[in-house]
Amino acid sequence: MSKKHHLAMNVNGDDYEFLCETHQSLLDVLRDELMLTGTKEGCATGDCGACSVTLDGRLACSCLVLAVECEGAKIGTIEGMARGDVLHPLQRNFLELNGLQCGICTPGILIAARSLLERNPDPSETEIRYWLAGNLCRCTGYDKIIRSVQAAAKEMRGA
Amino acid sequence: MSAILEKPGFNPDRKYKIIGTSPVKHDGFDKVTGRAKFAADFFLPGMLIGKFLRSPHPHAFVRKIDVSRAEKLAGVKAVVTRDDFPELKPGTGGGDMSRIAMAREKVYWEGHPVAAVAAVSETIARKALKLIKVDYEVLPHVIDPVAAMAPNAPILHDYLRTKGVKGPDAEKKTNVVERLELSVGDAEEGFKEADVVVEHTYDTKPMHQGYIEPQSSVANVSEDGQVELWCCTQAPWVYRDRLTEILKLDSAKIRIQQSELGGGFGGKTTFYTEPVAILLSKKAKAPVKMTLTRVEVMKATGPVSGTQTRTKMGCKKDGTIVAADSELIFQTGPYTGSAFTNAPQAMFTRYELKNVKTVSYEVVSNRPKVSSFRAPCVPQAVFGVEDVVSELAKKIGMDPIDFRLKNAIKEGHKTIYGETFTKIGFIETLEAAKACDHYKSPVPKGQGRGVACGFWFNRGGETTGTVNLAPDGTVNIILGTADVAGSRMSMSMMAAEEFGIPVDRVRSILADTHSLGYNRVTAGSRTTFSSGMIVVDATRKIIAELTRRAAKIWGVPEDGVIFEDGHCRPASSNVGNFEPLSMKDIASKTTYTMGAISGHSEMNVTGAGPGFGLHIVDVKVDRETGLTQIMRYTVVEDAGKAISPMQVEGQYQGGAVQGIGWALNEEYIYGADGKLQNAGFLDYRMPVASDVPMIDTVIVEVPNPKHPFGLRGVGEVPVTPTMAAVGNAIGECIGIRPRSLPMTPPKVLKLIEEAEAKGLLPKH
Amino acid sequence: MSELRYEAPASLKAAAALLAKEKGLAKILAGGTDVIVQMETDLIEPELLVDIKKIAVLRKITAEKGGFRIGAAVSGMEMMEHAALCKSWPGVLDGVKLIGSIQVKARATVAGNLCNGSPAADSVPPMITAGAVARIVGPKKTREVPVEEIPLSPGKTNLAKGEIIESFFLPKRPKNSGDAYERFTPRTEMDIAVVGVAINLTLDADGVCTAARVCLGAVAPTVIVSKECAAALVGTKVDQAALDKLAAAASAACRPIDDKRGTIEFRTKVAGVLARRVAVKALERARRIA
Ligand code: FES
Ligand code: FES
Repeated sequence: MSKKHHLAMNVNGDDYEFLCETHQSLLDVLRDELMLTGTKEGCATGDCGACSVTLDGRLACSCLVLAVECEGAKIGTIEGMARGDVLHPLQRNFLELNGLQCGICTPGILIAARSLLERNPDPSETEIRYWLAGNLCRCTGYDKIIRSVQAAAKEMRGA
Repeated sequence: MSAILEKPGFNPDRKYKIIGTSPVKHDGFDKVTGRAKFAADFFLPGMLIGKFLRSPHPHAFVRKIDVSRAEKLAGVKAVVTRDDFPELKPGTGGGDMSRIAMAREKVYWEGHPVAAVAAVSETIARKALKLIKVDYEVLPHVIDPVAAMAPNAPILHDYLRTKGVKGPDAEKKTNVVERLELSVGDAEEGFKEADVVVEHTYDTKPMHQGYIEPQSSVANVSEDGQVELWCCTQAPWVYRDRLTEILKLDSAKIRIQQSELGGGFGGKTTFYTEPVAILLSKKAKAPVKMTLTRVEVMKATGPVSGTQTRTKMGCKKDGTIVAADSELIFQTGPYTGSAFTNAPQAMFTRYELKNVKTVSYEVVSNRPKVSSFRAPCVPQAVFGVEDVVSELAKKIGMDPIDFRLKNAIKEGHKTIYGETFTKIGFIETLEAAKACDHYKSPVPKGQGRGVACGFWFNRGGETTGTVNLAPDGTVNIILGTADVAGSRMSMSMMAAEEFGIPVDRVRSILADTHSLGYNRVTAGSRTTFSSGMIVVDATRKIIAELTRRAAKIWGVPEDGVIFEDGHCRPASSNVGNFEPLSMKDIASKTTYTMGAISGHSEMNVTGAGPGFGLHIVDVKVDRETGLTQIMRYTVVEDAGKAISPMQVEGQYQGGAVQGIGWALNEEYIYGADGKLQNAGFLDYRMPVASDVPMIDTVIVEVPNPKHPFGLRGVGEVPVTPTMAAVGNAIGECIGIRPRSLPMTPPKVLKLIEEAEAKGLLPKH
Repeated sequence: MSELRYEAPASLKAAAALLAKEKGLAKILAGGTDVIVQMETDLIEPELLVDIKKIAVLRKITAEKGGFRIGAAVSGMEMMEHAALCKSWPGVLDGVKLIGSIQVKARATVAGNLCNGSPAADSVPPMITAGAVARIVGPKKTREVPVEEIPLSPGKTNLAKGEIIESFFLPKRPKNSGDAYERFTPRTEMDIAVVGVAINLTLDADGVCTAARVCLGAVAPTVIVSKECAAALVGTKVDQAALDKLAAAASAACRPIDDKRGTIEFRTKVAGVLARRVAVKALERARRIA
């Protein structure tokens, strides 16, 4: 039996060490080894965005990253989005504007939307829709998701 | 059984404090922080991973399965095949369910499970699958339902004889499960009165429910045969009863806990992983988790029926529809159970029709067994009906909504299936549509506008629930109906409204199957209605008990106490001068009065108010490529009473966008080899955020008199007219209405060429 | 199934050596957006993955001879964020932007898009029309190969065992020239091209097209570089007559198949439609990039 890889990475500011097999994705490790199950798997082929995380500051599908590639990486997941008791404005606006129904797509969409607003604090509706095109939602028809992002963006701009 | 069914106590003048607002869902917090536990988020110590081996062939005898090498692989703890399932007769409900879970004599579709393995890691489980040898005798297959009806088609089941057929054909081997005729009046006579007749044929393709959460379950079977099961399901009790049937278990020994549900839309009303996970766990003596991959979800969990239909209707010059006639073929996969009978019942139910004839067929073929989807089998039929209706209106020069108004049914209408409607809101819905901004604004240049209507029965059925009062006066509700989008919150709101307390003092949870009596599946737009009835009933029982206790504390007769705004008060100053007692005041003293206070209710709920909707859509079609773009969309629908308007809007919007996907791109593509070619989100093209505009909504509220707050189910209607509306809009845009789903660019481009050749293409 | 190994060498030489000596299936891992999916869906079972992202030279975009050298491990998003590159080669970036979602582009590379060997790869046609040249490093020698010579057939390239693309050279953008790429897909995003067309053209001071390259994607087993399409443009002012000729030439050049993503008839027709639209866009850009 082959040996597993021993790696260390930082998730949401905390250092983790873990063992993994070569073919395991970052998503597999987050969920099955580190028990950070907030990141979801919808397809494992990069087509749904439910597994979205930030990898060294960039929005990525954690199912399309091998865990062995992540030595020393800085990962951001949904578990690190709120500051203590205080929800991120995106989280709060999704709640208040019903930007989620079943909620399975929500962690990925929140992470993706946060990454958008970091680069572009005032995106148009079209920009939001194209940025989120990699995040499937089957419940909402996207309307309330887009409105939630718009409202959060506005709030974060202090407008 | 329960007073609430006889006297729901709907009061049109009641002023609500909580109903009609949209507070934040209590279960939402965990969903925005990643803490919510969906099915795949369960882990147990010592848990094994289970994986399926699936058939590569669409149709074959399974001669032999050799699992010996797999069993010997280190780390493999159990292998399960057909031999581990109790033998149940083919062609029975249980026999079919068992064979869908695990192939027996034959495999019937590409992806049909033939074996499963549980191992200490996924890697080992996958390796073990490769060591299983299956000896198949490949048989000719048939994918298309019409081909399956042909005389020389490969026969799936030797035992099958068409139900509803008499004469010599009744004894023939066939793939047609049933022929159903549902008619009223005399269609042939009716057509004689028609000035205009329109008839077309249509086909629709299977679409997948498309939930983002793949099926997953964890089963844990103890040595004495007790089963614990965690899974994502719309129907815990249905799963329990079916699992006991196919695995020969005692209901008392199986406890199912539903997880958060990552989308279902009908697709999680039947099980896939669960029976196999149970058998693996039983053999391995350890918990087993089975999670499907997306490819497995696409290949082996229920899509919806594809159809072939022919629809004909006729009207008089003044717009009165005089007759309708339709023939419908529904593909069901290899086994019966498509719920196709909904279609003839619902397809024309909006219009006052004296003469209707429908003949429907359900046909088996070598595809995965279909599963429910929002308004099962109805949108496919409506795709044709609403085209014919719009064309009739056009032919006599009438506005399409006016034409529908002229023929609209109202209170007192007796349906084709025998129900007589009480108060319904179809006319109000049509009027609201005519008055809405979208319909009043001109069609933008170069675009086409379509409208179409839909109907769904809405359902009730067996439901149980419990409401508990805590010593601090807060309330918790135990529900048996799965929460697909926020129904827990609606229940909390209804209880809070009845009690007159803030909704933050109420919490609802979802029970396991040991904690409540039987609950029917969450489907058919029944949950907020049915569980809502239960909650209000149980709440009222608690209120009655609170007044009894207050009377006792004060030493006055019970009718001397009234309950309002969360307090018991003396009914009048004659009763005495008592300080009002809050729910907390009474609940905290239950030890001294008569013990804990809770209310339970169980009913076979009736009185679901039928739902009607109309969709308006503007599209733009690229005449050089056939690409359709949805420019503007409005859903107008009667909700009876919107408990939480934002949630109702969410149902309208989500349903419409699912329908847009079905209309434009979603389909199952098979090769000549009978294998599915687009088993993934890349090539099974569901709408992405940049494909659709905002979806406007108009909530019409014509209260359902059979519910204390007047609500009607809202989940199914929004998908029923969508494809028809989009089709009608494309038709307006290019001059010929597409009649085959999905309305893809190549198909639309061909129609544009045809329209150009015939001089039908509108100038713009 | 033998065990899958992972190596992340720090030099190109070491990477080439690893690939050359591997007996089983070895795959280069850059963005991983194709390789990981193919492994996940059991299409391939490699025994060695060579991660080239630790090789510093492969991660850079550098200016060279007025053009750009783009390392093979540079991601799509990194290219999109490079202002000078975007300005010079907007058509190449049209293609890069369509490779996949934001998430996918954060990882996916143009080299991977090319080496995956799909005729529908979105970045390949505009790289070809741009005249991009790949620098390929092998165990023995380094060679410079125009991008159009790399794909051989679906899934196959002319890279020999042990060879790795080190970088691409995008030449200096000539004066009065512009490029563009468009594809047709049923969805706005998250889709595979049914047809793709890239055009790069150069005008003289009078607005007459003096040079053009036209490349069609997804209409044949590999991308097609069409001389006939180019000829339809050269010597014209890219007027209606030229566009008609171009569209006809594009449709005539197609050798498509019927598959789940499109029909022969549809692809042939839309290739002409897109060629026309892309030419107009490239023309506008050529007029702007003076
Ligand atoms: S799970 Fe990663 S994109 Fe779907
Ligand atoms: S809320 Fe259910 S998939 Fe988005």
